[in-house]
Amino acid sequence: MLRRLLGVSAICLASSCCVIAGVKIGAVTCLTGALSSFGVSSVQGAKLAVEDINASGGLLGEPIELIVEDNGSKAGEAATIARKFISQDKVAAILGDLTSSATMEVAPLAQAAKIPLLTPSATNVAITRIGNYIFRSCFIDPFTGKVMARFALDHLQAKRAVLLTDVKQDYSVGVSDVIRSYFTENGGQIIASLAYSSGDTDFRTQLTEVRGRRPDVIFLPAYYTEAALILRQARQLGIGAPFVGGEGWDSPVLVQIAGKSADGNYYTNHFSAADPSERVKAFVDRYRAKYHATPDALAALWYDGARLLFLAVKRAGSADPEKIRDALASTRDFEGVTGSISIDENRNASKPGVILTIQNGETRMVQQVRP
Amino acid sequence: MDRLIEIVQQLVNGVSLGSIYALIALGYTMVYGVLRFINFAHGDIYMLGAYSGYLLAPYFAHFFKFGEFDTFTPQNTLFILSGAGLVMVLSMAICAVIGVLIERIAYRPLRQRPRLNVLITAIGVSLFLQNMTQYRLGADPKAFPQLIPIHVVGGLGNLTILTSQLAIILATILLLIVLRLIVMKTKMGLAMRALSLNPTACSIMGVNNDVVISFTFALGSALAAAAGILVSMDSPSINPLMGNLPGIKAFVAAVLGGIGNIPGAALGGLIIGILETLVVAIGFPQWRDGIAFAVLIVILLFKPTGILGRVEREKV
Repeated sequence: MLRRLLGVSAICLASSCCVIAGVKIGAVTCLTGALSSFGVSSVQGAKLAVEDINASGGLLGEPIELIVEDNGSKAGEAATIARKFISQDKVAAILGDLTSSATMEVAPLAQAAKIPLLTPSATNVAITRIGNYIFRSCFIDPFTGKVMARFALDHLQAKRAVLLTDVKQDYSVGVSDVIRSYFTENGGQIIASLAYSSGDTDFRTQLTEVRGRRPDVIFLPAYYTEAALILRQARQLGIGAPFVGGEGWDSPVLVQIAGKSADGNYYTNHFSAADPSERVKAFVDRYRAKYHATPDALAALWYDGARLLFLAVKRAGSADPEKIRDALASTRDFEGVTGSISIDENRNASKPGVILTIQNGETRMVQQVRP
Repeated sequence: MDRLIEIVQQLVNGVSLGSIYALIALGYTMVYGVLRFINFAHGDIYMLGAYSGYLLAPYFAHFFKFGEFDTFTPQNTLFILSGAGLVMVLSMAICAVIGVLIERIAYRPLRQRPRLNVLITAIGVSLFLQNMTQYRLGADPKAFPQLIPIHVVGGLGNLTILTSQLAIILATILLLIVLRLIVMKTKMGLAMRALSLNPTACSIMGVNNDVVISFTFALGSALAAAAGILVSMDSPSINPLMGNLPGIKAFVAAVLGGIGNIPGAALGGLIIGILETLVVAIGFPQWRDGIAFAVLIVILLFKPTGILGRVEREKV
């Protein structure tokens, strides 16, 4: 009892005397709910980056304090968390959110409070247009859309395509727009554009129509939960055309749910754990040792994003948001595990991507694509 | 002709979706019948049903060769159905026990209190079940094991009916018949009907109301569990929050049919399922979830007792 009392008073003393705490960074992502598989990976990646920096002396002489909050994959939650970060925690910068829709909630608040925000994985174009405090370290939807359309045209020799869009997700809508314009401009034809909403589990109504149109390829810029069910139901209905998706497919859950139906389809991604480069290998080994899992793209993106942000704070030499902002804006040739990242004048990242295919439940790299 | 097939196709899709709502709605309506309150944790029993199947299936996977058959054949049909049936019946039993426990622990102590207290408690139980499942089993979606081979039922021309959809429809019909027999032909069913008319008179006549109420919860929870298993066979992705929306829509179905009325709940479920499918088929997939609530508003405005409900006079 006495020891516990002593312990408690020691903590009280410690918290009252140490006014100068470490630099506070708020991280917001989806640890529970429909996209939790992404969210858990993202935090594991970011925590590895925290370890890195703290092992080499921390930021401004103090260990980093990463405050992780969960938006539950629900609309509206991310904004509440951002308000808490800004008014209560008084963070120096915000890392996140994971999806485009959630980041769209957070970014205007960060901009208004003049707190720099870096999203490692939100790819919708509109996000960085919100203001000069909003950055990203991944490529943007037009790049994904173009790569998907070009791959279908050149590699799959497809002419007639169906486009399936998740109308509830900014990511899906953004990629769909680019696919539609790029594919039609380059000799392809979109014979049908069909919509669904995330959270649906029955897509047979739409897929029955797809089957009637007999497309060469089906574009499916979706997140993994819906993508898996769509792949499964499509194959059950006898649709044989390959599906081409985006980085939203990248989760082991996709293959678990879709099973054999996942085979023979393609998706673009930020990162492949099968990449033979030294840097990627070292990262994959460390991640495996710590979490007993192979890092997916979200783990890699958030590892890179978190490190990029931390190093910007280091270069700024202060926790002053404006100085961090300037340091972020001047990032050039940052060597990350997802490739070399430079922040351009629109605060977007310019970096390469990969195309993967699924064979017997395993993902394989088909090709790397430069911007 | 194509038009006709298209319509029949969408009706089949709607009926298989509606069957699920019907099974869940029955639980709402039966509990309302005996206790006059809405058990908002009912949607989560449906989720627990799916998880029970998910946890039980591996124990039987070896014996019943789950996932090893690609199609139904005359030789293997009985074998496959008995395997899937066993998992379903065990999950129903587990959820029946959970339903009884919930009533015993959370609702019975509040039975003499204002009805609002128990309603709020039901929401609390719902949150508890969702979050406990997230905590114990993880929040990420899980792949439900394949209990029956899923393929297009042959011999129907251009009409595409999957074995899983057929299973949903047939299992629902079977369960509805069993429920009808229990309610109309057994002593317990008679007691349930008596209790819903007048609890005080019922207990004066020597009926043990507590037992009847427990039985009602068991029955409703078992039906919800069956719905959870059937849905997961059809779209094999389950998560701890999967009961939210179907639960609320089934509640609307129960109100639409006339809350407290058992055939009404089944009818309401079918109507909501068919409406939802039609809304998507005519090109408004964004309205899929909205339509149920639009129906709720219309019903409450124009016929608050529902399609088959009776007007209940407040006794002075």
